[in-house]
Amino acid sequence: MTTTTSRAPKPATTRRRRPFNTRRAGAWALLALAIAVSVVPFLWVLRTALSTNGSLASQSASLLPADFTLGAFMRVFGLQSPADAVAEGGSGAAIDFWLYLRNSIIFSSITTAGAVFFSAMAAYAFARLRWKGRNAVFSLFLGTMLVPPIFTALPNFLLIKNLDLLNTMLGMVLPYVFMTPFAIFFLRQFFLNMSREVEEAAMLDGAKHLRIFFQIVLPNAAAPLATLALLTFIGQWNEYFWPLLVGSQDDVRVLQVGLGVFKSQSPQGAPDWSGLMAATLVSALPVLILFAAFGKKIVNSIGFSGIK
Amino acid sequence: MTTLTKHESSAKLRSGAPTPRGGLHRFGDLKIALFFIAPAMIGFILFYVVPTFRGIYLSFTEYNILGDPEWVGFDNYAAIAKDALFWNSLAVTGQYVLINIVLQTALALGLALLMDRVAKSTLVRGALLLPYLMSNVIAALLWFWMLDYQIGVVNQFIEWSGLPRVAFFGSEEWAIPTQALINTWRHMGYTALLIFAGLQAIPQHLYEVANLDGASPFQTFRKVTMPLLRPVLVLVLVVTVIGSFQVFDTVAVTTQGGPVNATRVIQYYIYQRAFTESDFGYGSAIAVILFLILALVAFIQMKFLRGNESDLD
Repeated sequence: MTTTTSRAPKPATTRRRRPFNTRRAGAWALLALAIAVSVVPFLWVLRTALSTNGSLASQSASLLPADFTLGAFMRVFGLQSPADAVAEGGSGAAIDFWLYLRNSIIFSSITTAGAVFFSAMAAYAFARLRWKGRNAVFSLFLGTMLVPPIFTALPNFLLIKNLDLLNTMLGMVLPYVFMTPFAIFFLRQFFLNMSREVEEAAMLDGAKHLRIFFQIVLPNAAAPLATLALLTFIGQWNEYFWPLLVGSQDDVRVLQVGLGVFKSQSPQGAPDWSGLMAATLVSALPVLILFAAFGKKIVNSIGFSGIK
Repeated sequence: MTTLTKHESSAKLRSGAPTPRGGLHRFGDLKIALFFIAPAMIGFILFYVVPTFRGIYLSFTEYNILGDPEWVGFDNYAAIAKDALFWNSLAVTGQYVLINIVLQTALALGLALLMDRVAKSTLVRGALLLPYLMSNVIAALLWFWMLDYQIGVVNQFIEWSGLPRVAFFGSEEWAIPTQALINTWRHMGYTALLIFAGLQAIPQHLYEVANLDGASPFQTFRKVTMPLLRPVLVLVLVVTVIGSFQVFDTVAVTTQGGPVNATRVIQYYIYQRAFTESDFGYGSAIAVILFLILALVAFIQMKFLRGNESDLD
């Protein structure tokens, strides 16, 4: 990573300083250090995942995998027999990876699709329609961002329990699927800045709001919608607390919760470090892939999303 | 924040101005607005408004899920006032928050300045953002491994440099700083990007003026950068403090409150009281207190640091 960053282009216009001085080199060194601190742990996780547990202790600081093996990954994917796992120094603890992966995908996709779509509808009403009390209602919605999630989690858990939806996917997605305050806020900003002219021309042609929303507003907001979907999906993929409360049984348990269970299954004496790190890496993979594909979009949205 | 207020005011102007063909809006759009807002409104009422009031109500009851909540007035709060574990959780959380604010803000400010001076590339920013995109659980597990007492790589290095190994998660004095360090690692790049965005918004000509006036780099930083950066810094502080007060995931995955009570942070304590001990009334009462603390923190920070305005407005 450090080699690539040193090639980072510098706009010619800001090149006021001398091409090289010690201060600048020092600045680069510090930045490189920060990048290393951010990235190297992931390489270390990969190195561990490719090692056998038995050899980790004896070669605890060599940079290369200790006794290279794909065993840990096979273990995570359920392709290794418990006997082989123990032979490689694993604890024999298993993780039902495919099931948790499926659950994570369902949970994150449904909540993202619902929250983005319904929030877009609401944002349209807040940005493009005029109605009495609009600003007051919007302030109320925004206000919910101040309520700490733990505070609503307790009563929400009771509600889901009263509805008999504990350990169902429906119970897990309900609190997120209708909207998130942040999504409404995020999209409203974009809708406010869209030109009204096309919309009004369409209206003169007799188009109704539904058509305007679907055929003009949504297509024109494709970029912010995609960014929001990306951010929401990553956030939901990483969600732990609510799925832990509501989805504690295998058939709805998501990866983040499964990872915690996998960790606590291994006895304190000899944890299956390779297996745990392989599982960690595979759980992070979807986000890593999204980041590789849409990194620029994500990075550039940070200045904005910080208002969250 | 500055860009936000700009958007907001231009938006107000726009929606306040009469549309060219005003007749279209004669009756307002209330009906159609209700249609568009209905799904979000259902979610808002069911999962934000009602639970807020129900949470407050529950805090005045004794409730173990099986029977009905039984009204006990301020009993829970009175008990909390005498609950050593609660005060301990508050102290432990405070320690965690403090380390986070200082470390995260200082590191992020430094990183943002470095990025601003030497590397604005997306690749650099992306690399720094990587930890933030990982879940708390993944960050926790990754460091749980790297900081392992026996064979963790960090302790190998510590030993090589001639120092005694550190029981990062196992010793009472290190447990909370370790949790805070993990959180700092995860958020450092993200916070730096927020500040970086703020730096980018500072008009370049101000620096040129300062330069012409013969200001030293330090003077420029103090007189130009800091005042104009203040709204962003306040935002960063609010986000950091409010986020840190709600630490749960890393604790739940690594130390589970231990050793002894060293990492029993407020949210973990609420979780234990409500879900492992089925004491929803008591858990809700602590949650109400946490809510009040957070509201107070946000209020104080906004009020005294005047977050919405920068000095040169």
